Amino acid sequence: MLEEFDSFKTEMFQVMDPAGNITKPEHFPKLKDKDIVGAYKKMLFARTADLMVVSYQRQGRIYTYPPNQGQEAISGAVAQIIRKDDWLVPAFRELGAWLAKGASLKEIFMYFMGFEEGSLFKNARNMLPMNVPIASQLQHATGIGYAINYKEKDEIVYTFVGDGGTSQGDFHEALNFAAVWKVPVIFIVQNNQFAISVPFKTQTASDGIAIKALAYGMPGIQVDGNDFLAMTKTFEEASEHAGSGKGPVLIEAVTYRMGAHTTSDDPSKYRTKEEEDEWAAKDPLVRLKKYLMTQKLWTDKEEETITGQYKKEIDRIFIEAEKHTDYPLEDVFKYQYADLPDDLLLQKAEHEKFLNWKASRK
Amino acid sequence: MNMVNAINQAIDLKLEEDPDIVVFGEDVGVEGGVFRVTENLQKKHGARRVFDTPLAESAIVGSAVGMAVAGLKPVIEMQFSGFVYPAMNQIISHVARIRNRSRGRYGAPMVIRMPYGGGINALEHHSESMEALFAHTPGLKVVIPSTPGDAKGLLISAIESEDPIIFMEPKRLYRAIKQEVSEDKYSIPIGQAKVLSHGSDLTVVAYGALIREVQRAMVKAKDMGISVELIDLRTIYPIDKTTVIESIKKTGRLVVVTEGPGSFGVGAELITIANEEAFLHLEAPPKRVSGFDTIVPLPKGEHHYIISPDKILFEIEKTVKY
Repeated sequence: MLEEFDSFKTEMFQVMDPAGNITKPEHFPKLKDKDIVGAYKKMLFARTADLMVVSYQRQGRIYTYPPNQGQEAISGAVAQIIRKDDWLVPAFRELGAWLAKGASLKEIFMYFMGFEEGSLFKNARNMLPMNVPIASQLQHATGIGYAINYKEKDEIVYTFVGDGGTSQGDFHEALNFAAVWKVPVIFIVQNNQFAISVPFKTQTASDGIAIKALAYGMPGIQVDGNDFLAMTKTFEEASEHAGSGKGPVLIEAVTYRMGAHTTSDDPSKYRTKEEEDEWAAKDPLVRLKKYLMTQKLWTDKEEETITGQYKKEIDRIFIEAEKHTDYPLEDVFKYQYADLPDDLLLQKAEHEKFLNWKASRK
Repeated sequence: MNMVNAINQAIDLKLEEDPDIVVFGEDVGVEGGVFRVTENLQKKHGARRVFDTPLAESAIVGSAVGMAVAGLKPVIEMQFSGFVYPAMNQIISHVARIRNRSRGRYGAPMVIRMPYGGGINALEHHSESMEALFAHTPGLKVVIPSTPGDAKGLLISAIESEDPIIFMEPKRLYRAIKQEVSEDKYSIPIGQAKVLSHGSDLTVVAYGALIREVQRAMVKAKDMGISVELIDLRTIYPIDKTTVIESIKKTGRLVVVTEGPGSFGVGAELITIANEEAFLHLEAPPKRVSGFDTIVPLPKGEHHYIISPDKILFEIEKTVKY
């Protein structure tokens, strides 16, 4: 499928239409019914958590957060494919993929509550912290890919960027190096139509992003990012390609950010209600749910029960994260260098003198 | 051997010793670098370990971050320090801070080598000394050798460091000085300045290509009866305060000589150290001799900018006679 796909035609790969009907049964991914139900539950968990974080933010209990709503099928599909030793090099809007890799929700909450410890991801093997400087992470993915080849390891790198990120020079450089070096990297562009307020047509005159792969000399495919089955099938093939020494793959997942860019953003300034409604009808969770219900694999009742459980669990984890309040001065310094210069110890000692002075005046 | 040979030998020795070291950049493989610093290394260690990349500084540094995170030790070259700017996002946002951001889980130990400085009648953008940019960036260490022997020992330390090192090579001295250098592996600790000449009237702190210019000035100063203590900083950050302070306490006078623009630079830092740590010992205002706060002029105007031994002597005399 990957090799056959012609990005010149800019057709979008889809397996399931927005009504949940299977339109291309020949491309159905290697998933059993229970896998699909499991994946749906994970996506539902991610969405429930995501919506709750937005409301916690409104309550002033967490700082700025970039919502995922509407993009869950992409991370949900990565979650099905990514292996323990594979690498995840995130941007910042892939909650489901982070959780699948082993990042805990508590850590993620802590990060957005203002603690670097939230980037530690203790139980996530081979996962980098979230990456804010747009597209710069793609080069790390390429470098990790080089190391994988160099050490002859059986690992694949999954890395994310948004449509805005494809305008950065780093996007070009990372893809170019990756293709020259034939590294096992899967570049995932979440084309959610907006880079904060700037629409895709202002971002590029290109007919999509997938077509750019052609010039780099790697396969590229444009996929319906709201179609979990199409995304999973794509990752099946991409991981096969990357993992067998054939080099990188570019995947453009066409989706829509249903929420704001971050909790500090107001999308009503740059997009219409009509457009939002149009995309709401293509909601990835609703679509997969329709499929599952047609297959008699899921009911509204089950959804209601499990959503209630998720909310309780997420709230419990959030409250646990809120208990973490201590940020010792030492933590500002101790990770800056492996071999800490004396100068930094002096700066800390000087500040402690000030703190003691301040305390003595109380 | 000259500095080019010494650096080549340091990299060669480390490549032999540590299979995780990779050396790459623009033209470093087949050609051995535009200054031939990596000459023959690809032949000897193979194109998987010593290789040419596409022409993009940001991705050279950015992919080195990924390699370092995944267990390799990149020793990379920026062809000229004036071409490092596209990589500044990677250097400042990632190389320098991945350890802190990941709470020590991942580091980006690597050496970013770059020839710097003027005085070789080069094209535009090929002559600058912007070490202060790196020294100002938390998370980096910055090393500048002034002799072949120091270059070899410091580079070996840099390659063995768990912290990322910006290794700036005074290209004016690449082939200008020859010295007996041990063929063996040895290292010189990062963060230690060296007192090159002991003196009693005044302390001069310099590094890199300007050490030689100071030494030329000192010959004339000696004739004038001025005894200069010369300190080669060798590491810009972490700066060796102790050696500098002890010397200022002894001589009571300080002149700092740097090639880059003076304002907000390494000289400013050293004078702050003098003020904070040796104020009562000062007999004269500390003085910096530096490049102007302008771009480095093209070759016909460069003599105005490059710091000459006479300019250094002029400031030494003023400071001693203050």
